[in-house]
Amino acid sequence: MFEKTDYDVVIVGGGPAGLWSARKFAEEGLSAIVIDKKQEIGVPVRCGEGLGNTWFNRLNLTPDPDWAVQEMYGAALWSPSGKKLEIRFPEVSGYLLERRIFEKDLARRAARAGAEIVTKTYVTDAIKEGTFARGVKARMQGEKVEFTGKLVVAADGFESTIGRMFGLQNQQTLYHSDSGYEYEMAGLKMDDPDLIHLYFGNEVAPRGYVWIFPKGKDYANVGIGIGADNPKTAKYYLDKWVNSSPVCKGASIVQVNGGGIPVGGMLKNMVGDGIMLVGDAAHQVSPIHGGGMGLAMEASNVMVEVAAKAIKAGNVSEAALSEYNTTWWNLRGYELEKLVRIRQLFEKLTDKDMETFAAAFTGPELLKFAYSDKITSAALATTKLIKHPSLLKLALKYLDADPKE
Amino acid sequence: MKAQCNTDKCIYCGACVGVCPVGALTLDETRIVIDKKKCIGCGACAKICPAGAMTVKEGE
Repeated sequence: MFEKTDYDVVIVGGGPAGLWSARKFAEEGLSAIVIDKKQEIGVPVRCGEGLGNTWFNRLNLTPDPDWAVQEMYGAALWSPSGKKLEIRFPEVSGYLLERRIFEKDLARRAARAGAEIVTKTYVTDAIKEGTFARGVKARMQGEKVEFTGKLVVAADGFESTIGRMFGLQNQQTLYHSDSGYEYEMAGLKMDDPDLIHLYFGNEVAPRGYVWIFPKGKDYANVGIGIGADNPKTAKYYLDKWVNSSPVCKGASIVQVNGGGIPVGGMLKNMVGDGIMLVGDAAHQVSPIHGGGMGLAMEASNVMVEVAAKAIKAGNVSEAALSEYNTTWWNLRGYELEKLVRIRQLFEKLTDKDMETFAAAFTGPELLKFAYSDKITSAALATTKLIKHPSLLKLALKYLDADPKE
Repeated sequence: MKAQCNTDKCIYCGACVGVCPVGALTLDETRIVIDKKKCIGCGACAKICPAGAMTVKEGE
């Protein structure tokens, strides 16, 4: 099956970050292996499975009908009382993915480029040489194997135990995590499967939202993300919502999944001697909506560029690899840190605040607000404040939100 | 106080592993393994668990 156990790069975790990185390393002429503990790449799916066009463009990725199963034209945001803010684009704005097929495709591409992948292989221990990461010990389907390399990449998701094995502090705090639960449901009665539907409210999903991501006319990924420190479970809130929603009446749950989501902003330091973190393990997730697929793959590009240079120069020290920190933070880090503040505002909104907002804005206005220059946005905000003085309270909550909290 | 996992409810997502402050939890191939010697009973795992499978109870 495989002839050697010594590589340039040992990647732990075969999700979008690990598989994307593996292909990139191979394209750089480096040997790479992806080690995944699961029996099958792409399963289980811990994800809402939506990917916007921005990401397809940034990643130079072409939507393949094998896995880009449904076109997405925008979003419908539902207030607690059921008022809808509809944001609809004239053209396709993104796709809903069959992620298990998408990841298989990423694996195929990685293998085609020359990378290796092993499944049902569980990492048990770190291999170190002084302060340097040099590989991992693993149980591979009953066999003990040591995978060694010049560099270890921890792409092991929210669990992020690999980074910690090598002394990197990438543990998730409860406050900065979301708890997610999701169903794949068949036989849904959806009015508008061209849009993703997001449902807000402190009784619906405290510090989060319920989503319907349609993957067909009557088939969708229906899930929830809530603040992880909630005393009730994500399942409790999702079941409550599903049981009372006319959309889900009579529908069947054909798959159950869940997971933690690192929404508190990205790690400042993602490298050590001979080790790099990428994807959820580096908290590369949007603090607003919890999506991380696009960021994980884009960060992989940045990481591989730095890593390949370091490996070829024979220096994989923390100092040499730290260019990944600076490049990535300049590219996305600071942008996302601003979103942490918006997230903190969102967490402070009462149901009444949400209704105020939903009553004041229309979908097209929201779009205009988001995509206009500062002066146009400010003018629109001022007009809205005059018409809806209660919006001022929301603005003050925003100014009060401290991103360092 | 120690963490416990109800395997009937557990969906093996690993959320608890990610928030355990002392590294007492691991998601083995098919199960959550709790190192009772390391567990400090803080309950972070129980709070994040989306399925309500993790609890913290009196015990060894």
